[in-house]
Amino acid sequence: MAVLPVLVYPDPRLRRVSAPVTTFDAGLRRLVADLEDTRLASPGAVGIAAPQVGELKRIVIVDVSGRAGIAHHGHLVLVNPEILAREGEARGREGCLSVPDYVGKVARAARIRLRARDVHGGSREFDAEGYEARALQHELDHLDGLLFLDRIISPRRDLHRREPEPGPVGKNSK
Amino acid sequence: MTHWYMLTVVGADRPGIVAALAAALYRGGCNLGEASMVRLGGNFTVMLMVESPGSADAVQRLVQTAADGFALRVHVDPIEARLHAHTEPNVQVAVHGADRAGIVAEVTQALADAGFHILDLNSDVGGTRERPIYVMLLEGHVAGGAAVLEPALAPLRSTGIEVRVSPIDTLVG
Repeated sequence: MAVLPVLVYPDPRLRRVSAPVTTFDAGLRRLVADLEDTRLASPGAVGIAAPQVGELKRIVIVDVSGRAGIAHHGHLVLVNPEILAREGEARGREGCLSVPDYVGKVARAARIRLRARDVHGGSREFDAEGYEARALQHELDHLDGLLFLDRIISPRRDLHRREPEPGPVGKNSK
Repeated sequence: MTHWYMLTVVGADRPGIVAALAAALYRGGCNLGEASMVRLGGNFTVMLMVESPGSADAVQRLVQTAADGFALRVHVDPIEARLHAHTEPNVQVAVHGADRAGIVAEVTQALADAGFHILDLNSDVGGTRERPIYVMLLEGHVAGGAAVLEPALAPLRSTGIEVRVSPIDTLVG
């Protein structure tokens, strides 16, 4: 197990689309352990994605259980995660291990439905909301070469903009 | 050896102000840092960190032609400044009410007394000419977080000011 160096924007590897994991072996579990060590070594990080350490594989870890009073699923290791549906909108401040010394307000779906595999290849589907849903969307973006910088909204526009009408549950186009 | 300056610019708003200023500074060998530029009451206002090897007068001369072309008032001050010195806010305070004199003074005094350090403030007057409303959004830091501010701001509510305090939780992933 090891703390890996975190890639920092504008490293071009952060912009690449990661490949699905096809082999659920000891090598995958070693990488997940290293990712977790790297996350834990980064103060306040509630998530990390494999491409942030230069491994262009569709793996994320999210754990928001340290936040008081929010709904969560504990420590999540998700392999080949997909967002099946998104609902609502919520804005919140985000920062990123790969974008030091900058935070910005980002709009995310308030609730999402996900499907993912675990490190042994087993599949699960679950719903996430609020802060956990935000963390998951932030990490899943990394798998598609997207950073929160791509989704920044300005605070001033935020002040004036009306809330959108609640829409139906959308289907991911992927 | 370079120095940081704060360039402040005010003038009637017209398209092209930022481009003209930025081009003049770039051609003059300056580097730009953090900035706030916003239209206030039909005026365009700029607060811009400028890094230059030259003096404040030299920076002023660089932008003077562009400023004159747009009838802008320009001011350059040497500042002690550094980048990568952000303080993260942990509380947002949203204020609104029928517009009247004194709202900012009352709210910010109560916040200062409670130890709130304002990091960002923007405000606007909306509504109609006959019935203007005042809206102010502040972000800042206070030891102890949002709970500390609630009792400090509660008395203001009886004066017709709506105040909402919410924690800012920055997600890092």
